Amino acid sequence: MLDAVGRLVPFRARGFAPRDVPWASVATLVGVVLLWQAGASAGLVSTKFLPAPAQIVRALIDLGISGELWLNLSISLQRLAIGWVVGTVAGLALGFAVGLFTLARSPGMAIVSALFPIPKIALVPLFIIWFGIGEGSKVITLAFGVFFPTVINTMAGVDGVSRGLIRMGQSFGLSRAAIICKIVLPGALPAILSGFRITTSTAIILLVAAEMIGAEKGIGAFVLSAGNLYDTDNLLAGIVVLSLLGLAVSWVLGRIERALLSWR
Amino acid sequence: MASSVRLRVEGVHHAYSDLIVLDAISLTAEAGEVLVLVGPSGCGKSTLLGIFGGMLAATSGTVRMDGAVGPDCLNPLTYVFQDFALLPWRSVAGNVSLALEGTRLDKPARNARIAEVLALTGLTKFRDALPKQLSGGMRQRVGIARALAVRPAVLLMDEPLSALDGQTRDLLLDEFASLIARSGVTAIYVTHNLNEAVRLGHQVAVLSRRPGRVREIVRIDRSIMERRPTDPDLVALEASLWRLIREDAAAADREMDHA
Ligand SMILES: Nc1ncnc2c1ncn2[C@@H]1O[C@H](COP(=O)(O)OP(=O)(O)O)[C@@H](O)[C@H]1O
Ligand SMILES: [Mg+2]
Repeated sequence: MLDAVGRLVPFRARGFAPRDVPWASVATLVGVVLLWQAGASAGLVSTKFLPAPAQIVRALIDLGISGELWLNLSISLQRLAIGWVVGTVAGLALGFAVGLFTLARSPGMAIVSALFPIPKIALVPLFIIWFGIGEGSKVITLAFGVFFPTVINTMAGVDGVSRGLIRMGQSFGLSRAAIICKIVLPGALPAILSGFRITTSTAIILLVAAEMIGAEKGIGAFVLSAGNLYDTDNLLAGIVVLSLLGLAVSWVLGRIERALLSWR
Repeated sequence: MASSVRLRVEGVHHAYSDLIVLDAISLTAEAGEVLVLVGPSGCGKSTLLGIFGGMLAATSGTVRMDGAVGPDCLNPLTYVFQDFALLPWRSVAGNVSLALEGTRLDKPARNARIAEVLALTGLTKFRDALPKQLSGGMRQRVGIARALAVRPAVLLMDEPLSALDGQTRDLLLDEFASLIARSGVTAIYVTHNLNEAVRLGHQVAVLSRRPGRVREIVRIDRSIMERRPTDPDLVALEASLWRLIREDAAAADREMDHA
């Protein structure tokens, strides 16, 4: 028997579609800071161990006025920039060589695979012996840490470039150099830039570690000496500076990605 | 101006390691004519087209080009690809430009060439669009514009319409037919679509299933511009071609792919 009215078909495809709610992210962060401040003011957390947000801000302002912040920050930024650039340039060069030439591929990858697993921080004492306690050992540590992931990402990027596009270039008689510059490089760029996100954060970690092991100045050394003095206000101020540094770097990378990869 | 270049393969055998794909193929794309290669999937059509254009070294056999290449030809053997092979980071004009950069054309001459082929393919309004903003049909128009920009002596097309839906394919087939006929370029056109074959081919070479051999070469002498999809003799020819490859196609379809 056919039922003229029939049953309603219920909707069954609900859920599994989380949405972003921008104001909720802001509210959460502000809420946590306010709770933290309230807890400290009410004496629920000992400000000796965990200073209130207001104390950290005050410490930051004092450090800014005394110039200590800028001194340490500029030294750290310099190490970061030099170390990252050296490691990145060398890594890109080897990554492209390994991605393009049979002659470089197996030897290059053998070295990278053998050295990549070494925790780079463990090498700091060795680099201090080799290059002295000065800038050399810190820059080399960073460069070394940045180098390997850069090689691997660059190679993966080059490998991932469509062979069809390369054959197309060859079929139109493009020179080898033109194929590398106009097809391989832009094609590998997304992978290279996403590698930069990894290498910049690796570089910041190594920077702090190297500065804690053997440096007078720099944000890492500053955080360590504040810790030694039980100066938790300054200690956390240093950590805030490092977080902001990380955020700034990632913002800059985001802008670069948007500018260079707008075609995606 | 019709191309006076003819392209010929002689005694071509090809194997991918121990998989024999082409066996004793001799075919000629005559000057100013379209040679269509049809055959069941996997019979070696793409392989043969790669050999014709110097993109693949045959295991044995020779490829020869004779006749004079036109004075403004920048790349004698030029491909149009099934998957378009456009650089996603370059605009329509930029993709056409790629084929002209590094040639003897200076910038104004390049721009003139680009404008000309974009007009020819109806892409003028889209010159600054990125490939991802275009439909499949428009993308393949860019592929043909890029190929025409270098004034090829021989145009090599590997199933250029097979990534498109049926309606777009019909539209583009008409455009291709008229572009090829008007430019008089020598062309080799690979397809598994027999309708395309009878619309475009002066010679239709039917390949057998792998290892591909030439089973038959059908000549169609009527000029491309005069052919209509409904012409009874073309429809009949299409049906007889289908009878020829039907069994092979069915057998190829049941075969395990070695690749
Ligand atoms: N690079 C390759 N290596 C190994 N086998 C291949 C390669 N390219 C194609 N083949 C195989 O050769 C046969 C012919 O391929 P292809 O020329 O692409 O055929 P068609 O274009 O007619 O479909 C197929 O069986 C395919 O799997
Ligand atoms: Mg094919």
